[in-house]
Amino acid sequence: MNNEWPLWEVFIRGQHGMSHRHVGSLHATDAEMAIKNARDVYTRRNEGVSIWVVEAVNITASSPSDKGPMYEPSESKVYRHPTFFDIPDEVGAM
Amino acid sequence: MYAQMIKTASTGVKSDEDMSDLERQFQARIDAGEKIEPKDWMPEDYRATLIRQMGQHAHSEIVGTLPEGNWVTRAPTLERKAILLAKVQDEAGHGLYLYCAAETLGVTRDEITEMLLDGRMKYSSIFNYPSLNWADIGAIGWLVDGAAIMNQVPLQRTSYGPYSRAMVRICKEESFHQRQGYDAIRACAEGTDAQKKMAQDALNRFWYPSLMMFGPPDSDSVHSAQSMAWKIKINTNDELRQKFVDQTVPQAEYLGLTVPDENLKWNDETGQYDFSQPDWGEFFDVVKGNGPCNVDRLADRNKAWDDGAWVRDGMMAHARKKAAAKIAAE
Amino acid sequence: MTQQEALFQFLLRMGDNTLILGHRTSEWCGVAPVLEEDIALANTALDFIGQTQFWLGYAGEVEGKGQDADRLAFHRDAWDFRNLLLCEMPIGDFGQTIMRQFLFDAWHSIYIARLLKSSDPRVSEIAEKASKEVAYHLERSAETVVALGDGTEESHSRMQKALDYLYPYVGEMFLADDVDAAMVSAGIAPDPTALRDEYDALVQKVLDEATLTVPGNRFAQKGGKNGAMHTEHLGHLLCSMQWLQRVYPDGNW
Repeated sequence: MNNEWPLWEVFIRGQHGMSHRHVGSLHATDAEMAIKNARDVYTRRNEGVSIWVVEAVNITASSPSDKGPMYEPSESKVYRHPTFFDIPDEVGAM
Repeated sequence: MYAQMIKTASTGVKSDEDMSDLERQFQARIDAGEKIEPKDWMPEDYRATLIRQMGQHAHSEIVGTLPEGNWVTRAPTLERKAILLAKVQDEAGHGLYLYCAAETLGVTRDEITEMLLDGRMKYSSIFNYPSLNWADIGAIGWLVDGAAIMNQVPLQRTSYGPYSRAMVRICKEESFHQRQGYDAIRACAEGTDAQKKMAQDALNRFWYPSLMMFGPPDSDSVHSAQSMAWKIKINTNDELRQKFVDQTVPQAEYLGLTVPDENLKWNDETGQYDFSQPDWGEFFDVVKGNGPCNVDRLADRNKAWDDGAWVRDGMMAHARKKAAAKIAAE
Repeated sequence: MTQQEALFQFLLRMGDNTLILGHRTSEWCGVAPVLEEDIALANTALDFIGQTQFWLGYAGEVEGKGQDADRLAFHRDAWDFRNLLLCEMPIGDFGQTIMRQFLFDAWHSIYIARLLKSSDPRVSEIAEKASKEVAYHLERSAETVVALGDGTEESHSRMQKALDYLYPYVGEMFLADDVDAAMVSAGIAPDPTALRDEYDALVQKVLDEATLTVPGNRFAQKGGKNGAMHTEHLGHLLCSMQWLQRVYPDGNW
């Protein structure tokens, strides 16, 4: 039997209220150990206050060939970005 | 530079007309500065070369814990011991990041670990030199990590996304390593006569092996061109070596230590130091396995791996039982 | 024995436990069974070194002879060390290392919890800082003991062997002497004999889960915490740990 410990992806939320961010991976036998290992491996410099782990095989990723259909439609919706709109200087900060 | 003499898994750079459409698109993405991600199409040779390079880089971090770990139990103060332990722990972490990055290319960590253990994969020649006195710990941080940083900073821009991200994380942690090393050797250089002797002895032994870390002269480097086109190698060996010498010589002078090179002198015309090449015959001997510590280093890694097998298996068996019990209870 | 001498001895006991066990843990640097464990063990060792700096630093101040933590760590001979024998035992295989860690952590967590209420503000301050680290050490070592006890036949038998080997060194944690009496009456530290039931319950629970059998024989090896008789192992540990400081006493590192 292959006894290599499964691979886990680690997500950490830092001090400043940002979303959890992918920081890397590690090996662990189960989720509890993955959390502990993540604490030891990825927060050695006070990087985080909250840790998520997910086994790598459970991540479904978009396929690169879908890149066009997945993301290009949003590229054309430039009006979603605030800089699309000209606001007269006299109106002030908005 | 922890990846030396990476044999590119191809024969030279392909010309535009020799490339398939996919290869041409791939090269265009790299030329445009795009990152290649794990599920993207990539030439098999690119994948194979990267596995070799990241694997060797990771192995170097792991084997590199041995010469420094050699002094953890003999560190002279509590603070030095804590700093050294934290530093070596970082190296283990760097190995871990790099193994994980390599795993995105379809090898497992156990597979490449076994390739290190049975000698199919290499690690940097520098770690086949012994750490003999306490100032060596300073010299390793200052010179070896210093040389590694030279290579790793540009590698943050490497074309493979996971590799590049691992390097960003590693570089953030590396400058602590070089500084702690310089600080440790500086305490020796400014200390008693015996301590000064340690510092000079460390520099004498680590100077040329550090220069070797950048790999053979460009004129003898047959593998660079394709790797540079793929942006998995960013600078040439000689460029980085020169940069390292120019940066390091004034640091040695500040310490009052003598670089063991009679030909070392500032060249006003080139605006660089002229310096002696290391003994490349010795380098190739070390790479072939005949360095002072090759046998011991590999034996130590093998022993740790073999001794740890029951632990890895035992923990995995427990996790399986726990998962099975949970399913049975549901 | 004056109150000051008793406090000094008490602080040496705390600091020498973490100094010596931290040193043992650091011997795993680079050779642990798996990378993640290597990194975790280094964290534990670093915590212990940090705690040592606080305990021995304060010890030196109380002694009042100008010794700092480094002086105490690197310039005393074996007879002046006050750590539990358990802490100086060799690392053995990983099973022995993690079993010792668990047996120590269980005691340490109970003891440190009492020190949070110490009448000596410096002691409670150090305990406060250490308590979070100690809680994590215990969580981690207990889980590892459970996993390896329950894991495979081989891991089970190695863990049982480690437990049988180390158990005679558990009793020393609960022996009391004059130093303890002085600390109890000053409200600085708890009576060690009063902690055994809580310890036994905690250890029993974890070892049950690990399917391991607590040895029936409670004979206690002793002589570490009062310095009367250490094991042969301590001298060898000091040979490496103190070597540079002893050979080059004028060095500034």
